[in-house]
Amino acid sequence: MTLALSIANLVAVALFIYGLHQLNSPPTARAGNQLAMVGMAIALISSLIQTQGIGWWAILVGVILGGTIGIVAALRVKMTAMPQMVALYNGAGGAAAAAISTLEFFLLASGNGENAVVSVSLVLSAIIGCLSFAGSIIAFLKLQELMTGRPITYPGQQIVNALILLAILGLAGWFVATLGTMPVLAFLGLLVCSLLLGILFVLPIGGADMPVVISLLNSFTGLAVAVTGFEINSTLLIICGALVGASGTLLTVMMGKAMNRPLTNVLFGAFGSGGGSEPAAGSGGPQQIRSASADDVAIMLAYASKVIFVPGYGMAVAQAQHSVKALADQLEKRGVNVLYAIHPVAGRMPGHMNVLLAESNVPYEQLLDMEDANPEFPTTDVALVIGANDVTNPAARNVTSSPIYGMPILDVDKAANVIVLKRSMRSGFAGIDNPLYEMPNTSMLFGDAKASVDALTSAVKAL
Amino acid sequence: MNDIAHLIQLLTVLLLAVFVGFEVISKVPTTLHTPLMSATNAIHGIVFIGAIMVVGNLFAGSPSPMLQIISVAALTLGAINVFGGFAVTERMLQMFKKKEGPRS
Repeated sequence: MTLALSIANLVAVALFIYGLHQLNSPPTARAGNQLAMVGMAIALISSLIQTQGIGWWAILVGVILGGTIGIVAALRVKMTAMPQMVALYNGAGGAAAAAISTLEFFLLASGNGENAVVSVSLVLSAIIGCLSFAGSIIAFLKLQELMTGRPITYPGQQIVNALILLAILGLAGWFVATLGTMPVLAFLGLLVCSLLLGILFVLPIGGADMPVVISLLNSFTGLAVAVTGFEINSTLLIICGALVGASGTLLTVMMGKAMNRPLTNVLFGAFGSGGGSEPAAGSGGPQQIRSASADDVAIMLAYASKVIFVPGYGMAVAQAQHSVKALADQLEKRGVNVLYAIHPVAGRMPGHMNVLLAESNVPYEQLLDMEDANPEFPTTDVALVIGANDVTNPAARNVTSSPIYGMPILDVDKAANVIVLKRSMRSGFAGIDNPLYEMPNTSMLFGDAKASVDALTSAVKAL
Repeated sequence: MNDIAHLIQLLTVLLLAVFVGFEVISKVPTTLHTPLMSATNAIHGIVFIGAIMVVGNLFAGSPSPMLQIISVAALTLGAINVFGGFAVTERMLQMFKKKEGPRS
């Protein structure tokens, strides 16, 4: 019986790893996801058989409730809301790990304590699970705009966080020293402190840093699951948790690199809190901004030979991805070569723009990442920036005083013409002036991104 | 002694899985990073199985109503991850298409 279970778990793990491997290219990715599903089904069924029906009603309720919520949410969610969705799923995983630890704690309390390995992993999985859950909920609230996306800061923030962390470490030490037989109230205190720290550490992080936060919370959840594996002696959980943890960590590092900021700066920097106390140099005179009409831009686009679209979070907010594709279709009909340049931190999670454009049927071959896109700009007639700001800011290259100095950017300013679709002249999230807008080859097209793109499409059609 | 040997064994598994994870994930192109994240959501849904194991131990005795509620919560959250994670990944991945004409 246990042999069969071990074999089933082995097969499941192999399918998970091979499934993830298949995600290395869009044509095989779907098969990869399906292989992972098969792996999960095998692991689930064999572990259900193993229970011999004990607690069957609780499992049944869990499957019906969780399955319904999960599938309905998955089918209903808008692609623009994907970051919130993933945040919630991260939170659910963390909460489940913490709940398992709580159950184990009561199991131990009714027995006579446990060995050191179980105690350490139990307390770790409880702490990390709670952190991940609470942090993800705050990330969700920010992304869903149920609370402000601006960093929330107050004096002594780091000191408060440090004190809570100390309390957590103290309680955890107590827990391990007593091999998990500490008073129930103290264990609850540990959970509450961990939840509190999870809330407080995400509060001061701004909306534009969400790609990093989501990746980090993803890796936390993976870690919590891996530690839970030690707690209940399951290599299956250890391996899966490690895979997820590795994935989240890798993405976190990549996002940090794409912003040229160390993780500590993202987490503790309260970036974009509007420290706009220093208006950029030369703010005395009015900016030299040219604004263009949709008809002018349409002519420019229609007679170009190569056009690159540069989407940003503004495209997601305006739900403009389908309009963008319609414009691209019109241009391609006229023989224009259309490409899309996507900055790694465009949007609110890794790969956010790619999914939106894939949703509107843009073939993935046209989606260029930064390394592939930048050599294209010097030979591009028109770069059309749709709701992106800081990732196109040339100040990152040469203005050493700029907060984003050193961040790798898309070199849109190297294109012959740059058109920026923008709601107004408000500066971007980071509150930094963008010299791109004052360059002689740049024109602005003001208005809602979707309305502007639609206007361009009909103007091109009319030509 | 036996405990320590077992712990080392588990740590070895963890270490190897981390290396395999980094190796495999680093090959995933940026275009698929969002589906990758939702797929990992489904994979950490493996806590569902952890919950099943713990619930099996717990319900062998007679757990208090509070523990029963926590059990159902853990199982539900795990199931949300498994079903929701795979479903939304599937939905996203079927949108990634090659150039080839207006259909297919």
